[in-house]
Amino acid sequence: METEERLRIWMLQGLAGDAQAYQCFLKDLSAYVRNFLRRRLAQRPDDVEDLVQETLLAVHHQRHTYRPELPLTAWVHAIARYKLIDWLRARAARDACTEPLEDEADTFFTHADREASTARRDLDVLLQTLPERQRLPIVHMKLEGLSVAETARLTGMSESAVKVGVHRGLKALAALVTRSAP
Amino acid sequence: MKTDELIHALVADARPVPTWAVERRFALAVMLGLAAAVVLMLGVFGLRHDWAAVWMLPMFWGKFALGGVLALLGLAVVLRLSRPGAPWGRIAVWLAVPPLAVWAVAVADLAAAAPSERLVLLLGSTWRTCPFNIALLSLPTLAALFWAMRGAAPTRLAWSGACAGLLAGALGVLAYALHCPEMQAPFVALWYLAGMLLPAALGALLGPRLLRW
Repeated sequence: METEERLRIWMLQGLAGDAQAYQCFLKDLSAYVRNFLRRRLAQRPDDVEDLVQETLLAVHHQRHTYRPELPLTAWVHAIARYKLIDWLRARAARDACTEPLEDEADTFFTHADREASTARRDLDVLLQTLPERQRLPIVHMKLEGLSVAETARLTGMSESAVKVGVHRGLKALAALVTRSAP
Repeated sequence: MKTDELIHALVADARPVPTWAVERRFALAVMLGLAAAVVLMLGVFGLRHDWAAVWMLPMFWGKFALGGVLALLGLAVVLRLSRPGAPWGRIAVWLAVPPLAVWAVAVADLAAAAPSERLVLLLGSTWRTCPFNIALLSLPTLAALFWAMRGAAPTRLAWSGACAGLLAGALGVLAYALHCPEMQAPFVALWYLAGMLLPAALGALLGPRLLRW
């Protein structure tokens, strides 16, 4: 059966009080939500499951806002997107007021780990040299895998400004890297 | 907590959901808001006194038509905005029709009037207070609509706040038209609209702060 049709039938039975169907619905749904979030939070796999649970919780608490004539997948997708954007925004605010610690203990990590984290830190250092209108689009679109529209919403920039920012920022980064590594 | 455990907990918590829960909440908010607006109008401004002279003039009813049509459209838009994933853009476009209709009448009236009378048609005698009076009457409805929306799940918070404000403003117009002595289309086209846009702007500002879930 089609995903939409299957989920919709379970959901409607669940709304009528059928616990068995509701459990099937949530179980099935969690797999789709996990997949949706994993693709968008490729940089932070540890946070995916938290957000999956947050989304399921929201679906449960807001289930009275579902109408049978709405496509169920569109309804769930809108909730998952809302929770994702809300979470990203909250994290951006949190990161803005916490200074990341430069811990010497980093150097005791395994070889592979250090490679990865220095690469990430080098990138962060380079990114810090960019103006915000170029840095934020790159962080959201290239590192966190958001779409142009989501980035625009998150940063308050227009979609074309986001695209221009990514383009110019990547060019500037490329110039920086070739200059610092002859 | 494991996701499977969460699902079990949610299933255990699930009770049958009433079908029209969101609609009922909005119906209550609209009725309470409109009642509060009328009471506020009676208390602060008072009814107009010239009923006998005006009750059959088209402009008297035109103001109610403007507020009523905008309120119905606004309610439809706000209900859609309260449901994740429900399409709302196409119906929101219709919100432009009532103001455009009033503007068309206003432009015709202004064109037909003598140049010296045009300013009077636009400003009437209450233009300084009219928009603020309408905005004042819309505040209880705006609060009630925000309460209703907090029981639903809007995902476009600024738009939801703005449309709730517009709906509150339209209901404010319905109440204020019982008091307002102005009878010129150009006045209504300008100041009634401003009176509805004030709560809409307030709603757009407050939405992202108050409607998060």
